[in-house]
Amino acid sequence: MSTPAVIDTQSPPARRVHYLNARYGVASWLLTVDHKRIAILYLIGVTFFFAIGGIYAALIRLELLTPPGDVFLSETYNKLFTGHGVMMVFFFMIPGIPGVLGNFLIPLMIGAKDVAFPRLNLLSWYLFLIGGLTALWAVVHGGVDTGWTFYTPYSTVYSNGWVVVTAVGIFIAGFSSILTGLNFLVTLHTMRAPGMTWMRMPLFCWGMYATAIIQILGTPVVAITLLLVAAERLFHLGIFDPAQGGDPVLFQHLFWFYSHPAVYIMVLPAMAVISELVTAFSRKPIFGYRFIAASSVAIAVLSFLVWGHHMFVSGQSVYAGLVFSILSFMVAIPSAIKVFNWTATLYKGSVSYQTPLLYALGFIGLFTFGGLTGLMLATLGLDIHVTDTYFIVAHFHYIMVGGTIMGYLGGLHYWWPKISGKLYPEYWSRVSAWVIFIGFNLTFFPQFILGYLGMPRRYHAYPAEFQVLNVMSTAGASILGIGYLIPLVYFFWSMRYGKDASDNPWGATGLEWQTPSPPPTENFPVTPQVTGKPYDYLTAQEEVAVG
Amino acid sequence: MADAAHALAGESPPELQHHFVDLEAQKEASSLGMWVFLVTEILFFGGMFTAYVVYRASYRAAFEGASNLLDIRLGAFNTAVLILSSLTMALAVWAASQGKKNRIVVFLSATILLGAVFLGVKVIEYSQKFEHHEVPGPHFVVPHGLPRQAEMFFSLYFCMTGLHALHMVVGIGLLSWLIARARRGDFTTRYNTPVEMVGLYWHFVDIVWIFLFPLLYLLGRHTL
Amino acid sequence: MELFPQQASSFAPHVDALYGFLIAVTAFFSLLIGTLVVSFAIRYRRRSPGEIPPVVHESGLLELVWTVIPLGLVLIMFFWGAAVYFRITRPPTGAIEIYVTGKQWMWKIQHGDGHREMNELHVPVGQPVRLTMASEDVIHSFFVPAFRFKRDVVPGRFSIAWFEATKPGRYHLFCAEYCGTRHSGMIGWVYAMKPADYQAWLSGGAAGESLAAAGAKRFQEQACNTCHAEQAGARGPSLVGLFGKTVHLQGGQTVVADEAYLRESITNPQARLVEGYPPIMPTFQGLISEEGLLQLIAYIKSLSPSPAAGAAPPAPSTERKPAKP
Ligand code: HEA
Ligand code: HEA
Ligand code: HEC
Ligand code: CUA
Ligand SMILES: [Cu+2]
Repeated sequence: MSTPAVIDTQSPPARRVHYLNARYGVASWLLTVDHKRIAILYLIGVTFFFAIGGIYAALIRLELLTPPGDVFLSETYNKLFTGHGVMMVFFFMIPGIPGVLGNFLIPLMIGAKDVAFPRLNLLSWYLFLIGGLTALWAVVHGGVDTGWTFYTPYSTVYSNGWVVVTAVGIFIAGFSSILTGLNFLVTLHTMRAPGMTWMRMPLFCWGMYATAIIQILGTPVVAITLLLVAAERLFHLGIFDPAQGGDPVLFQHLFWFYSHPAVYIMVLPAMAVISELVTAFSRKPIFGYRFIAASSVAIAVLSFLVWGHHMFVSGQSVYAGLVFSILSFMVAIPSAIKVFNWTATLYKGSVSYQTPLLYALGFIGLFTFGGLTGLMLATLGLDIHVTDTYFIVAHFHYIMVGGTIMGYLGGLHYWWPKISGKLYPEYWSRVSAWVIFIGFNLTFFPQFILGYLGMPRRYHAYPAEFQVLNVMSTAGASILGIGYLIPLVYFFWSMRYGKDASDNPWGATGLEWQTPSPPPTENFPVTPQVTGKPYDYLTAQEEVAVG
Repeated sequence: MADAAHALAGESPPELQHHFVDLEAQKEASSLGMWVFLVTEILFFGGMFTAYVVYRASYRAAFEGASNLLDIRLGAFNTAVLILSSLTMALAVWAASQGKKNRIVVFLSATILLGAVFLGVKVIEYSQKFEHHEVPGPHFVVPHGLPRQAEMFFSLYFCMTGLHALHMVVGIGLLSWLIARARRGDFTTRYNTPVEMVGLYWHFVDIVWIFLFPLLYLLGRHTL
Repeated sequence: MELFPQQASSFAPHVDALYGFLIAVTAFFSLLIGTLVVSFAIRYRRRSPGEIPPVVHESGLLELVWTVIPLGLVLIMFFWGAAVYFRITRPPTGAIEIYVTGKQWMWKIQHGDGHREMNELHVPVGQPVRLTMASEDVIHSFFVPAFRFKRDVVPGRFSIAWFEATKPGRYHLFCAEYCGTRHSGMIGWVYAMKPADYQAWLSGGAAGESLAAAGAKRFQEQACNTCHAEQAGARGPSLVGLFGKTVHLQGGQTVVADEAYLRESITNPQARLVEGYPPIMPTFQGLISEEGLLQLIAYIKSLSPSPAAGAAPPAPSTERKPAKP
């Protein structure tokens, strides 16, 4: 798998021409079609929206510090959690890992010069940005108070928020997501380097492939649904309005038909990252390659059959409830398989605790726990009690914050040397990993108890007996917030003062480590030939010794 | 083979984008991309078809009554027009594969013309609905003798045909772009992918109408 | 600080038992994965920079094991969960009938005998209570944590639900489905009372006219009686004894006349036509308030003395049957 690229190490990176210093100036960034530069654009975009969503979260926790709704008005609070949910889900989580790591790595990992449709790729970013700013404008200026689920008839008839603008914003961003998925799918089908067969593809690519399937099949449905909501609000079509014979539950079906698969759009990429991390830091071929690859696709397919588990008390028929329950359990099995295989990969490995591994371990633990609480929700008799309480809030934050963000940060640290050509400070990165892990659990574990005690979600004020747990949660959130700020700081720091990174600082396999850091614009001086399986550390031994 | 292509990169054909190995790869990518895009389009319309089926089931009387208020003659005429346009589009694709510049332009223009006719007829139909106060919203008047859920039928009618019409407009835009390129003589026997792709899109839009027409105009109709 | 809400309904013990089992499974697997991951990380930590570990060969058997064990466990969860679910969703016969209307941002409760309450619900312990719920605007959700009981109240349809309080006391009533500005203010109390106290509560306070009586009035106002006159040759079918009986529809299907069907027959008559009648009944969609509908239904129910045995929904429990108009 070795290529002449390795030789480049000797020449000092400073003078070497790479994708970052190939061209200068704002235009060279805003008009770029280089997938690596577009990845950077996404990195800036999603960080911005995460910061917004995070600030909203901080304000939510501030309000919930005390039982009476004394900090904000009810209207304001409702706009806070709506803004928080919308920003985090549609403009941070969903575009996050695919936009940043997917864009940067897929072509590198399969030995291609770029994605299949570079211009489309840039268009996706602009759609994402325009959609995001549109929604942000609505959320800040005026605000929306429907919750991120836009349930009708509240959103269509009763809400006095800027529902239409927000819906349009999400609609636009939806197309960004569709086009990204389309681009990745076609790229993985048609751009693989000679010798890069499907079964030789890194698992990261398999994860992104599964994600693309969901983005392509799911997003159009929510797009049209939100369009109908907007149209109904403007022209009183009555499609979801019972007063005119419409059916609010139909909206819920259409919404969740996308939004359940969407949650796997949010976690599959993180799983994809973890698969790379556990092998790299235990220097072993992944355990059960075929099973992990297959389970990604299985999750993608099954995810379209379980949407009704969000509607167990909405009055859908008892039998629908049974079907959706059993299918929800089935979709859990592939996730279980992944977890066990990751664990087995560490067995008899050569494990080094660098920051990316810490995040990977954090992901495995928190995702397992969050996922298992998902099983509680899929259990009909129990969900009746906990649905629409803080139990739900805790469940999905465990997976999305504890899981996906851990995976995202782990991946960002792992590939940062390749992206920026610099090394981040190892000490501080470990500190932040621990701060985040502790702050996170303190924030969200109490919410499980709150939920089972019966505290409903989306409550601006709550009975006094729930205060102690809420205070713990708020305390945790403050720690968590600081934990997120530390990487923000040292990543910036490292770009200027960080040590130069070698081509393969972790001694990992995979084509992305065969090319200089940062890579040249055309990725590989010579199109690589792939000769063996991925994660083959034995044959890669001598390179490791170098790295 | 990749390296070979690389070596040849110097004299690679102008249409070949830098990141593809050769024209086949490039074409394979675009057609796969187009098909995937059409799949998303199907799901896009799918949402509304679901809504239509659900409500038709519960408000049969209203829907059948309301569908009788649509002008079946105009609908049938439009169907014929679209099928014809599919034919001219197919011919345009064939002409492109032969690299016959003038014919491409002729057939594409014909397709545009037919598309325009379709939209013209739609405008007539819509304006009639306005006159009869059959447009959902504040000015809607429940047609005589029909349950008030007739409004639901028209809501769906306007959403579905409106979205379809929008696709037609986009299609016409693409066709004009193709004509411009054809004039420049971009399309040769070796390279004519764009024509093929737009062709796929156009046929898809027609097929959507082939579903809309019976659903909206024909089902459960008792008068002509 | 307690970790579990108190158990005050017949559901609570079953739900909590199920929860206990799921906690056990969750704890087991979380600890298992956690300890394995950490101990591997320590036991097999990297000793020398260049170290390359031996290849561990994949094992199909292992994959099978950790597919089948979770599969078995989730099946247990599914069946157990379904059993509890059926218990919660299947109302028993002979329950007390109470009618609930949710509206931004309050709960209006009507007892069969005409007692009305606002954001408060008085029920006896040891006796099943059957709620027929409707919403006047958006979706709300009737949630009593101490009863482990929750049901969305969706506009445009009835939500039927039931519970049986077991422990006297005062319990939180929450609206659990987000319904707008004062969602968090749409709360109240459920008072579970000893049967004696309950009777005392009933007899105290002005009961006002019974629900059925109010329904009878509306039946006149809306001129339903012009067609549904109880005589031969009436334009509409007789509604006497309709509730709970099996209706033969046009096209041969049959349907049991429950609340949902009655509601549909009034708001969307054309949907299911009665055998042998023309589709002349106008729709009353949007012409009758939710409360009005509940009253009409109560009236029509009151026209059927004792429900056909085994009919899906029970009739008002005998000792509290509202007086016939
Ligand atoms: C990344 C996001 C994400 C992911 C991956 C998941 C994963 C799962 N979710 Fe979650 N979910 C959400 C995000 C997510 N969810 C959100 C945002 C909501 C709320 C939306 C809203 O209302 O606002 C929600 C709500 C939600 C509900 C609705 C609750 C309600 O509103 O009443 C349900 C019900 O079934 C559910 C179930 C599950 C299940 C079974 C999984 C499974 O995929 C989990 C599978 C994983 C495991 C099982 C762990 C690994 C397994 C092992 C270590 C081995 C042991 C395994 C077994 C014994 C089987 N989720
Ligand atoms: C998908 C991603 C995601 C993420 C990452 C988060 C992150 C967090 N969420 Fe969020 N949350 C949701 C998705 C997410 N959430 C969704 C979908 C809902 C449902 C909404 C609805 O009901 O409609 C929800 C709802 C929700 C609620 C329930 C509100 C309610 O029902 O009334 C709460 C309450 O505690 C909460 C808290 C938090 C906290 C403390 C974090 C913390 O992790 C956040 C920590 C981060 C910070 C504190 C900011 C850190 C600082 C920076 C990054 C820089 C700041 C910028 C500058 C200083 C310039 N969230
Ligand atoms: C114009 C005459 C007319 C009026 C007014 C009318 N109905 Fe009816 N109703 C009918 C006819 C005819 C049927 C049987 C065909 C059908 O099912 O629609 C019927 C059926 C019903 C049924 C179903 C009966 C069954 O056996 O299944 C109910 C319940 C009902 N009506 C209630 C009402 C109520 C309540 C009102 C007033 C708010 C009302 N109707 C007003 C004519 C009428
Ligand atoms: Cu009513 Cu929330
Ligand atoms: Cu889900």
